[in-house]
Amino acid sequence: MSWVEAIFVLLSLVTLGSAVLVVTTSHLVHAALWLVVTLGSVAGIFLVLAAEFVAWVQVLIYVGAVVVLLLFALMLTRAPTGRQDDLTVRRAAPAALVAGLVGVLLAVTVVAGFRDVRLDLDKAVVGSAEATGTAIFTLWVLPFEVLSVLLLAALVGAIVLSRLRAELSGADVAGTTSPPDNSAARGDR
Amino acid sequence: MPLWWPLLVASLLFAIGVYGVLSRRNAVLVLMGVELMLNAVNINFVAFDAQLRDVLHAGQTFALFTIVIAAAEVGLALAIVLLVFRTHGHIEVDELRELADRDESDLGRLDHPTAGVES
Repeated sequence: MSWVEAIFVLLSLVTLGSAVLVVTTSHLVHAALWLVVTLGSVAGIFLVLAAEFVAWVQVLIYVGAVVVLLLFALMLTRAPTGRQDDLTVRRAAPAALVAGLVGVLLAVTVVAGFRDVRLDLDKAVVGSAEATGTAIFTLWVLPFEVLSVLLLAALVGAIVLSRLRAELSGADVAGTTSPPDNSAARGDR
Repeated sequence: MPLWWPLLVASLLFAIGVYGVLSRRNAVLVLMGVELMLNAVNINFVAFDAQLRDVLHAGQTFALFTIVIAAAEVGLALAIVLLVFRTHGHIEVDELRELADRDESDLGRLDHPTAGVES
């Protein structure tokens, strides 16, 4: 086993272990912090797999932005910081069964399908910022622009939802005015 | 390294995410499960990109696109979670049952009185 493989196995074990802790811990904030460990070690896996730019984007966006957003949501929903025993549904066994079936099915399929394929990382094209940027802005420029429109739509949607919340809290008008609007639209049709 | 190593890690990470989505009651923790599943997909993309030695970097580009879509998704989802918290006072996903399909006989024991009126 070369040192690259050893690093990969180590990162994989850290990823899977902290992911299990994310879904099983009984502290809300600990789940978010274990998610940081998981996403960071996934960024390490990206680095091992010669995807340098994707790894740094993962660190910036996931570890930086998404986890902070999740922590903000936990804070704004007044999540208690102590231990909570009711974070998991009472009957978690069916969920574990379904997840186990999914895992076994996927694992058996990929191992059976790609058992003989070698991943030669010495000759892999390193996805540096230059290589990835060239690829995105030549071949993938149309999906890139569509994606920016999607981000704009998500931004507008989030702002509209927040304004809806402000109206709801100001006076209970949104709940009472929307059904007549719907019925009027139905009458027009 | 055999190609199935990263694919196996991705499969197990996806299964852990499925368990998180199915078993967690808090909506923010459900979102964390979704993030784990999206990361598993990204590992697959990057592994196949490295294996195919793609000069166009299709796998890494799609991994980047997935990260951006996940960021948009989590932003919208958190706006919805905050809205649910404002209207209901909690974000326990197994107690939000206004949209459930139920019989007439079940309408009597609804927690939320307006849901029965509207349906």
